[in-house]
Amino acid sequence: MLHTFVAIVEDKPGVLTRVASLFRRLNVNIVSLTVGSSERPGISRMTIVADASPTAGHRIMASLYKLENVLEVDDIGQYASVSRELALIKVAATPKTRSHIFELAEVFRARIVDLAPESLMIEITGVESKIEGLIQVLNESEDRILEISRTGRMVMRRGQHTSRVLDAMRVPAGDAENETATDPEPGIAEEADLPQ
Amino acid sequence: MSEAKFAGARLTGAEILWATLEGEGVREVFGYPGGAILPAYDALRKFPIRHILVRHEQGAVHMADGYARALGKIGVAVATSGPGATNMVTGIATAMMDSIPLLCITGQVSSKVLGSDAFQEIDITGITLPVTKHNYVVTRAEDLAPALREAILVAKSGRPGPVLVDITKDAQQGSAIYDFAAAAPRPHRPHPMLRAEAESILKAAELIRAAKRPIIFAGHGMIQSGAREQVLALAERLQIPVASTLLGLGGFPASHPLSLGMMGMHGEAWVNHAIQQSDLLIACGMRFDDRVTGSLPTYAPNAKKIHIEIDPAEINKNVKVDVALIGDLAEVLEILLPHLAPRSGGESPWLREVYAMKGECAVRDIQNLPDNGHLYAAHVMNDLWHATSGKAIVVTDVGQHQMWEAQYYKHEEPRTLITSGGLGTMGFALPAAIGAKVACPEKEVWVVAGDGGFQMTAAELSTIAQENLDLNIAVINNGYLGMVRQWQEFFYDKNYESSPILSPDYVKLAEAHGIPGVAVRTRAEVLPAVNAARQRKGPFLINFLVEKEDSVYPMIAAGSALHEMIRRPDSNPLIETAEDR
Repeated sequence: MLHTFVAIVEDKPGVLTRVASLFRRLNVNIVSLTVGSSERPGISRMTIVADASPTAGHRIMASLYKLENVLEVDDIGQYASVSRELALIKVAATPKTRSHIFELAEVFRARIVDLAPESLMIEITGVESKIEGLIQVLNESEDRILEISRTGRMVMRRGQHTSRVLDAMRVPAGDAENETATDPEPGIAEEADLPQ
Repeated sequence: MSEAKFAGARLTGAEILWATLEGEGVREVFGYPGGAILPAYDALRKFPIRHILVRHEQGAVHMADGYARALGKIGVAVATSGPGATNMVTGIATAMMDSIPLLCITGQVSSKVLGSDAFQEIDITGITLPVTKHNYVVTRAEDLAPALREAILVAKSGRPGPVLVDITKDAQQGSAIYDFAAAAPRPHRPHPMLRAEAESILKAAELIRAAKRPIIFAGHGMIQSGAREQVLALAERLQIPVASTLLGLGGFPASHPLSLGMMGMHGEAWVNHAIQQSDLLIACGMRFDDRVTGSLPTYAPNAKKIHIEIDPAEINKNVKVDVALIGDLAEVLEILLPHLAPRSGGESPWLREVYAMKGECAVRDIQNLPDNGHLYAAHVMNDLWHATSGKAIVVTDVGQHQMWEAQYYKHEEPRTLITSGGLGTMGFALPAAIGAKVACPEKEVWVVAGDGGFQMTAAELSTIAQENLDLNIAVINNGYLGMVRQWQEFFYDKNYESSPILSPDYVKLAEAHGIPGVAVRTRAEVLPAVNAARQRKGPFLINFLVEKEDSVYPMIAAGSALHEMIRRPDSNPLIETAEDR
């Protein structure tokens, strides 16, 4: 099963290796991993999607915490959250075949971000299933996909819950566990922006 | 103290290294110099730190490891870049598997040439990433003190482990204002999943009160946490028998009536039977290693499990537990104990049952078999135990002799058995014993090593001679890689491929190092030789030529259940029951 972890880590050389090496050592395949800056300078945020047994979540989380550069870990799977992925898709397209791709993009709420005589580039944001939907439709039509670049999933919990990194850095641990926002807000279903 | 002596002064990185170590209380280091660490060695004489020159960097790490295990303080090993650093890896992995706090310092090529495949350059932080708790590269003198102080804190805190600090040559040669106090690391973040919730404590207490056939497991954590008093209180208050893991031996006094001895693959039969029949396991600072559990689906099938452990990643890793109390063992037990009233009434039926199994098993014990003129390793361990009253620090290697030691040397005190449990590193004993002796010069220290493992690190005999350490060395010499031979006998149709091993004449080898020694061939010679070694100031070696094809019993074959043990085939017809002698 797929697990989704958010790890708040120090922005230092070698931290990515340490995190990736941990999954390698546990013989767990990383499906996607995105890293970028967070709300605090010097602190990065990783979203890691890993394929492991349903019971492996606890151990992976506990092991991530053992890495000195990891400040906070959240196993997002159990909470209501927003999940997004960005993809760039380059499709072979001539002036004759363009218009139907424009239509597809419209339906999927994707954007055309580059247009060349023999190709065009689509930018699409959404949950994985939406992106896969577009890819599938393109594959099934006559359009030839030239390149795909996907960022992998990034997630954030819904509602009041904020990253505990501030607490973790200021308040003695123990108190940092007193999370109050575990009850998910009845937010909009993730499928809401899928094409109908 | 240097932190006062040098505070605010401009020092070289090399001086900052030693000043910081001195400030952290380090007085002994084990190491081997070389190009990239030479600036550090050049500055060493200005500091009150004793350097023990080793013969191989693996030895330096094992020595620091033995030092840490014997004393409960951090051990420090130093090596140069490249091969010096890679030679440390086995030692670091050994310490990692057994949770030993170590600081390993390596020299590194100058930061200007890092990544250029310079002479003796190696990516040691990359290599040691999976076998250290954490590691650092320091390229500037001003970063040294904070990195070292943080490294020491990381190594010692929580579940301890080895930490490596790789220091470039220019960081050693550069200079910075030294301020020990200002380099203090921020308080170490405890593992955020550490918790022994009130609810879990109550549930654990309830399980313990309800149990009819409980067993306490004493693991390495009992020694590391210093929880002897609390575990004794728990055992005595409720009259619960205590089984030990290999690394837990010595934690709970072996002569205590509630002590059962070692569990697992070569554990005593009564212990393994008791575990299988138990209805509650109270695991104290251990990790349910595969050598302890045997086949998992059949492990302690009727027992509820309480797991008290400092590392949350160990919970439910191998064995599913009913209650997990995550935290320092002594602290958790302090919270738990007030919830448990002393047991009233006499010896419980469960204890009587366990004691009966113990008597039954002793019949097969080789100690109780009639003398057939042969010298068995078990005899040596037994006599060594008697001669030293179970009080010596015994440092064992890996293999048959290690298991015989665990079975026949009854350890009374924590930190008196030093052995490589998790990684099973042959060659560990001799260097680790040097570390233990340097740590505890007033204590009697014995090396117990097989002829295979001894030859792996025998070069350290020269270190013993150079330092004139009062170490006693017992080589258990059976002419085989004994445990390999035993597996070949049991599982490979006695195909003794590559397990017979030639030894040099160990007495002559010792003498070549100026170390006296004797060879022992019969049981009658064991005690006199042991006593001669004990009486002599300075090192002494005994070459015990023991039975060649003896096996360690009982044994649980890989994949078998804990109660399905291979037992010593010949029981003694003359003795109906026997007590431990």
